[in-house]
Amino acid sequence: MTKGITCDSCGERPAEIQLTTIEDGEMSTLHLCSACASEKGVSASIPAKAPLVDFLAQLGAASETESGRAPMEPCPYCGTTAADFRRTGRLGCAECWVHFDQRLRGLVRRLQGSVQHVGKLYVHTGSEIGDRIGELAALRRRLQRAIDTEDFEAAAEFRDRIREIEADS
Amino acid sequence: MTEEREGLDSRGLAWLSGGGDESEIVLSTRVRLARNLQGFPFPIRAGIEDSERVLERARAAIGAADSLRGADLWTVDELESRDREILLERHLVSRELLERASEVPSHAALVLSADDSIGVMVNEEDHLRLQAFGAGFALEDTWRRVDRLDEDLGALLPFAFHHELGFLTSCPTNVGTGLRASVLIHLPGLVLTKEINKVLEGISQVGLTYRGFHGEGSEVAGNLFQLSNQTTLGKTEEDLVEHLARITGKVIEYERSARSVLLREAPTVLEDKVWRAYGILRRSRSLSTGEMLNLLSGLRLGVSLKLLPTPRVETLNEILVLGQTAHRSHAAGMTLDGSDADVARAAFVRERLARDEAPGERADAPGQNLN
Repeated sequence: MTKGITCDSCGERPAEIQLTTIEDGEMSTLHLCSACASEKGVSASIPAKAPLVDFLAQLGAASETESGRAPMEPCPYCGTTAADFRRTGRLGCAECWVHFDQRLRGLVRRLQGSVQHVGKLYVHTGSEIGDRIGELAALRRRLQRAIDTEDFEAAAEFRDRIREIEADS
Repeated sequence: MTEEREGLDSRGLAWLSGGGDESEIVLSTRVRLARNLQGFPFPIRAGIEDSERVLERARAAIGAADSLRGADLWTVDELESRDREILLERHLVSRELLERASEVPSHAALVLSADDSIGVMVNEEDHLRLQAFGAGFALEDTWRRVDRLDEDLGALLPFAFHHELGFLTSCPTNVGTGLRASVLIHLPGLVLTKEINKVLEGISQVGLTYRGFHGEGSEVAGNLFQLSNQTTLGKTEEDLVEHLARITGKVIEYERSARSVLLREAPTVLEDKVWRAYGILRRSRSLSTGEMLNLLSGLRLGVSLKLLPTPRVETLNEILVLGQTAHRSHAAGMTLDGSDADVARAAFVRERLARDEAPGERADAPGQNLN
């Protein structure tokens, strides 16, 4: 589809990749050589996963500009950004599903044809010790992120909660 | 209890025996469930400590799970590179799991039950990938085994679960049930009658997808296809499994009728094709993996249609797996690449095919005739 076209970016090498973007509601198409494409963070060399990543790239570009929303904050739990997700097609943690919920719904509907799980229901009824370890791990991580972002009020809360759980056990 | 094992021996090769339903067309069945632990970032985002804790928790749960009594656990970091490749050639681990281990300590691990019928990959794309394997066409039974494993582990470990979205996974293509059921199916009849594209198109229109023998992103080789469900959300696990079973049943029917057409319309061409495949595999001195896979397809078809008296299906399956490069290197006790691997492969194939021939038909020594 890009045969015989030279790269729109360097104007020298033959274009190998067609990149469609939507900005301010207008669709534009760029023809890029692989070198310029990789400079722009576009890759055509991930065979199996590329369709999802391309799909995400287009979806992300459209939704951010259409809605006029500011770029989303990173996930407060693991630090994954919307850009990370668009690049890898992978979420960083269970909390990402809640944090990016609004944007994920449309994507999930298109990928899966549904947004409602009707399979096995799951309630963990396991040992309290197991839950405590999980909760502690989660709290320690939140504490670290709070310190990293200099949110000392939150950090103090997490620290107290960790001490409480540790004292109980 | 779980114990660490040094050697891989013949682990994960039970299906090679060639048993199971529809085994002349369907080689094997597998069902996997993607699960993540609450409170830990997914592997893509996890640091070394997080991954280590996930592995420790998984190890404890696996040691306590009824369905995994006597199971073995191998951490990928500790496996030699040839053993890693062997696991890959047996389809017991994914390329993704191995690639994680090429970095700093990944705490990626493989667990296999004592009878090899179920297993777990730890710290792959998701914290846990529960797997069940079956010989031939055995979706119902394979699903039931992985379901039981899920019940066991889910009671011991807190899984990440959302009331609307179901089991939460790193990739949105797995969310919900986290279930991927697949059958490895041999379709030479549909390929030779050029009906295959129509069938594959039909498959994708009914919510299924296909991959090659080597999994995600791989080329189709040896007329082997892995059919699986495309979506994981909005249907129950039973519906997903039944749907794949129903469509696979249809594909088996189409394959059978394509084979009958070939036998009726072009018997000589077909017979010549399978005997030529036999002749090359039985006599060649150098074989690439790709050539081996393609010729094995001819043999498998010939045996199934009774055009060839030998080999047995078990031998075909053994060659398919054990003829690959890491297995040949292991047998040779040294790393073989390129032409050395091709030469070793050809010798292995000749020897395996000769074993199945009746004594009078053996043609190992120079000067003897085949038939």
